[in-house]
Amino acid sequence: MNRVVGATLAVARLRQCKVSFGRHENARAFSKRARRARRDGTSPSPTTLALIWAVVAASSAIAADEPIVVASKNFTEAYILGEALAQLLENEGFEVDRKIGLGGTKICYDALVEGDVDVYVEYTGTIAEAIKDIDGEPTREKIAAALAPDSVEMLGDFGFNNTYALAVPRQVADERGLARISDLPDHPDLRMAVSHEFLERPDGWPGLQRLYGIEEVPAGIEHALAYEALADGSIDLTDAYSTDGELKRYDLEVLADDRGFFPVYLAVPLVRVDLDARAKSVLRRVAGTLDDAEMSDLNAAAVFGGRSTESIAASYLVDKGLLGTDADADVALPQDSLVGRLSRNTGRHLFLVAAAVLPATLVAVGLALAIFKLPWFSRGAVYIAGLMQTIPSIALLALLIPLVGIGWLPAVIALFLYALLPILRNAVTALTSIEPTLRRVAVAMGLKPAEELRHVFVPLAMPSIVAGVRTATVICIGTATLAAFIGAGGLGDPIVKGLALNDTRLILEGAIPAALLAVVTELVFEQVERWLVPGHLRSSNTAAATG
Amino acid sequence: MSASGDSAVAFRGVGKRFDDWVFRGVDLALPAKRTSAIVGESGCGKTTLLQLVNAVLRPDEGSVEVLGGGVPDAGLEAFRRRIGYAVQGAGLFPHLTLVENVSLLARLERWEVDVVNARVGELFQLVGLTRDLDDRYPHELSGGQQHRAGLCRALMLKPDMLLLDEPFSAIDPITRVDIYGEFETLQGHERVTTVLVTHDIREARRLADYLVVMGGGGVVQAGEVDEVVSSPASDQVKRLLESGA
Ligand SMILES: Nc1ncnc2c1ncn2[C@@H]1O[C@H](COP(=O)(O)OP(=O)(O)OP(=O)(O)O)[C@@H](O)[C@H]1O
Ligand SMILES: [Mg+2]
Repeated sequence: MNRVVGATLAVARLRQCKVSFGRHENARAFSKRARRARRDGTSPSPTTLALIWAVVAASSAIAADEPIVVASKNFTEAYILGEALAQLLENEGFEVDRKIGLGGTKICYDALVEGDVDVYVEYTGTIAEAIKDIDGEPTREKIAAALAPDSVEMLGDFGFNNTYALAVPRQVADERGLARISDLPDHPDLRMAVSHEFLERPDGWPGLQRLYGIEEVPAGIEHALAYEALADGSIDLTDAYSTDGELKRYDLEVLADDRGFFPVYLAVPLVRVDLDARAKSVLRRVAGTLDDAEMSDLNAAAVFGGRSTESIAASYLVDKGLLGTDADADVALPQDSLVGRLSRNTGRHLFLVAAAVLPATLVAVGLALAIFKLPWFSRGAVYIAGLMQTIPSIALLALLIPLVGIGWLPAVIALFLYALLPILRNAVTALTSIEPTLRRVAVAMGLKPAEELRHVFVPLAMPSIVAGVRTATVICIGTATLAAFIGAGGLGDPIVKGLALNDTRLILEGAIPAALLAVVTELVFEQVERWLVPGHLRSSNTAAATG
Repeated sequence: MSASGDSAVAFRGVGKRFDDWVFRGVDLALPAKRTSAIVGESGCGKTTLLQLVNAVLRPDEGSVEVLGGGVPDAGLEAFRRRIGYAVQGAGLFPHLTLVENVSLLARLERWEVDVVNARVGELFQLVGLTRDLDDRYPHELSGGQQHRAGLCRALMLKPDMLLLDEPFSAIDPITRVDIYGEFETLQGHERVTTVLVTHDIREARRLADYLVVMGGGGVVQAGEVDEVVSSPASDQVKRLLESGA
């Protein structure tokens, strides 16, 4: 239970990080090296080449019928735009596989490069800074040239610029005649408070202050509180993103960046170069369809209007006439009942957990027996399994993407690795603490190695093995909620989406079943223990539960 | 101590060490179809000697011959199944019931259920256990019942040889006298070569035909019980015999 809640909180924390740093992160190294290493690997033999050619030929033959994978990053705006692209393609008769809310920049871009994703919406500023490290003014040409080696193409931008902005209540702006950032030095009495991060970043306040010659230093404020502070009149100015839904909701005016200090963050569909040409031309239709205020309206509709991103995306497409010339433009939304979603997500979740824990049990018990029989083997194996456990789940998931792509496979692999240690540790401890007398009796009786395992060692270790599997399963139920970040689905899906949309109901739609699942797991394992372990040897009877 | 022809176990210059030598230069021939007792103070190597017989331990020098041959390199399990072993302190498996403990080897040998059941009944009667205890786990049995069960387990496959490591030590004196009686009945009944390790010289004199006194890193004296009693080889042996007089 605790673990599930813990993992849910971890998701929440991660989400907050993404909200504040998502589009402006400065990660440079990336997986360039990993990809290069793979490209430069030992040259394959002619047979391998022939095989690869055959596979490639075969798969490109099916490619025409394969769905187009539409992904998106995981914040409100990205959900809406990703969903809009998906509906647009579907309306044109393409089959679409949605990976909406797939993850942050690295996960989405890597998935695109690896071919696991065909299209997602990225921001030019992010491409220039975080993905490609482009020097100087990031022009379209420079960006396109930087993306080309990855077989990635940038289509026309949506029209709005989602960058940093300084916002003041409309009333204050009107009273003081404030319209541009260069007006600020004339209003030294303005009560300014900006987010701590913005206050520190060189491309935030310090640079802005120098360029515009502002002398006052704003106070730092938690971003989430800033809008309320503006609304109740305790501050007059804060930083925001220029398409935030809050701008509309709190009736704020954005001061014009008249000296062009903030980098430009145009939203562009990134597609794989080999994407179907007609699909590309359909996607080009979104270019120039939204300005900052309109995007802000759409975001507000999701965050404050309580509308689903699907229906917001649909009305955007209809309003802008993007659904072709057909009159019957009402998009068939995937109408999904709560029960349907719940059972699909829970089923997926169970699949992820079972596909990880079952093999982990076999491998861990096998390893434990090997360790037991070959003690020199033991330190290394337990050490490595322990090491696996210390890799943060999100990092492990991200590390797996270049190796196995996105979706359920990397999630199951990660969960498998996490499940290994508790089972292994429990089994090894139990086996090595079997009384020496009993081990000697087993030998002296003339039991064969297999009989020894089957009739003595495994049954004696069984209570601990069951407890280990139980712990591992509960850990996995919690951790599997993170799998939604790499498109694996499950109960993390509504949680991630709910956090992005600030929708508590959606968060609970994932968190409650996950917690219930953990409880049910405990009950199921109590029953399993009853089958496998005689009463006086059950862990629940001999010692207080440990985990 | 002559005629290795009718000896079931022969030690020739046997030494065994863990960190230090437990004993060295042990020459012994234990008679077949009779009971030999090994006595000596705690830590002198009685259990070690016993485990050299069923090859749970291997000698560091010298050789051990059992049942008329060397200890085999292959098929050790089959060899050990011919030798029943009751470990010091019963050593029943806690996850198995009394009857499961006793019948484990027979079931692994794929004996018919009826045959297993009959043998268990026979042994229980012999050692004075009742069938209503069948389904109890070891922790639900008294110490004496556990020891008897350990004895039954050692006897289950009708072994050619029986190794008993202080089988009666945890049993109160009154019950012990009962069990001596049962053990004697058993010996009369099955006539198995038996090696009995004990602290108790009286027990040795009552149950054994042949006596091995250990101490000081080797065997001090070995011979027919009467022989040892009538002419102890050293003061140490004399003191030992007097302790049980
Ligand atoms: N596995 C082992 N590793 C190291 N030393 C051992 C081991 N087994 C026995 N010893 C040592 O060998 C010596 C003989 O032990 P052994 O168990 O044969 O004594 P014993 O005569 O049976 O004693 P007791 O009457 O107390 O059962 C002891 O000093 C003991 O500490
Ligand atoms: Mg001993």
